[in-house]
Amino acid sequence: MAEPATTASRLVMDADQIARTCARMAHQVLEANRGAEGLLVLGIPTRGVPLAERLARAMADVEGVDIPVGALDITLYRDDLRRHPTRAVGRSRLPVGVDDAVVVLVDDVLFSGRTVRAALDALGDLGRPRAVRLAVLVDRGHRELPIRADHVGKNLPTRADERVRVRLEETDGVNEVTISPGADGGAAPGDQDAEGTR
Amino acid sequence: MRHLLSAADLTLAQTGEILDLAEEMASVQARPVKKLPALRGRTVVNLFFEDSTRTRSSFELAGKWLSADVINVSAKGSSVSKGESLRDTVLTVAAMGVDALVIRHGSSGAPAQAAQWVDAHVLNAGDGTHEHPTQALLDAFTLRRHFRSAEPGLDTFAGKQVVIAGDVTHSRVARSNVLLLQTLGADVTLVAPPTLMPSGVDRWPVRTSSDFDAVLPEADAVMMLRVQRERMSGGYFPTPREYTVGYGLTRARLATMKPGSAICHPGPMNRGLEISADAADAASSLILDQVAAGVAVRMSVLYQLLGGEDAPATPRGDV
Repeated sequence: MAEPATTASRLVMDADQIARTCARMAHQVLEANRGAEGLLVLGIPTRGVPLAERLARAMADVEGVDIPVGALDITLYRDDLRRHPTRAVGRSRLPVGVDDAVVVLVDDVLFSGRTVRAALDALGDLGRPRAVRLAVLVDRGHRELPIRADHVGKNLPTRADERVRVRLEETDGVNEVTISPGADGGAAPGDQDAEGTR
Repeated sequence: MRHLLSAADLTLAQTGEILDLAEEMASVQARPVKKLPALRGRTVVNLFFEDSTRTRSSFELAGKWLSADVINVSAKGSSVSKGESLRDTVLTVAAMGVDALVIRHGSSGAPAQAAQWVDAHVLNAGDGTHEHPTQALLDAFTLRRHFRSAEPGLDTFAGKQVVIAGDVTHSRVARSNVLLLQTLGADVTLVAPPTLMPSGVDRWPVRTSSDFDAVLPEADAVMMLRVQRERMSGGYFPTPREYTVGYGLTRARLATMKPGSAICHPGPMNRGLEISADAADAASSLILDQVAAGVAVRMSVLYQLLGGEDAPATPRGDV
């Protein structure tokens, strides 16, 4: 088990809330798409991937059909590669082609919007989806690009220097969302590491 | 990582990273848009003082698919043929503001020497009879895929018997492969006629043999080396026929290999000399897989060297 939230960090969502939120989002995606037809759910590593799998599983339970789910690593499309030492590249996994699919991008936290911008560029190189939707567990504001989510688990007002942490059973051994004051000055929104994707 | 001059520069962890990333890069080859933006604005110069088809073109494609600007400078048709020295050529090219130099040269140590003269990243694309580290990486990539088809998730080559056979003395491919295979944990046996076994080989981390037939049936993979007639002044073996009988991968020898054992050759092949057509075209031959792996592995290496922030030693700042 991960260490309990320290006094400085506040619990925003617990395991039950995350589970209920995922279930609701699954219904919302299906409602907006009028069913599961053509859906392809792609998680952005690291924590978008287990979330995408949960969403796809929840949708499959509702609709009674398999929903293709995969991973879309965006490292090579980031706009800040030259500001950091060489970054490790994650694994992409596409169960079906993106051409003419309704791609649902899934990430844990929406912050500056730069990760999503990179994901859109990556998708464009893979083919031409019929539509791209964005589903995030937490929208914490402070966008730096004109990007918004179609499906949001929880809108969380934050200060730019606060740190939102999503931890999931599959990657961290525990399901919880916490917020903590920015240590040592905190992260600027442009720093994608603060989005909790890595 | 600043330069890639020798396969010995790579740790097991770094090798694993390069091979894992190459797997991702290989999927780009199957895409409609074979392009990643990771090296936009970077410039790579292929500086080839020796002939090459596959290495030069795969470095060129690797750079282009990562969106770097790539130019090729070959000795023929350049100022090198007017007598310009290596140092002047390298400094001239570097002065144009390039980020990486991919160097192939007939003299061992030329890329390492060049790395001392310039701030750009230097990649050794084959130097004399010394090293060819990206060839060793793509061989390792190809072999790892082959081994993983039987053992998914395999990370090292521990316990694998790899036989490298042929003209070891003149082979930079053999040297780089010995070093990288040692890092990966394989047991390497070199097979060559005594005249083509390098002096000092007793200090290498390998076993040696001059009896191909004795070691071949134990091998999990055999790497055939090209007989490099262009580097030989003659007298290494009596006749080509005699070489083939003793050290060629003939149809008869092919039959003695154990099932699932792989055949590699760095190319270009001398069919009928070191390798028979039966072996080159056998189901267990990975020779075309090696070529296909070349671009992906070089993309991976270029990204590792150029994908991040500029090293502090580089005077050119971010624009």
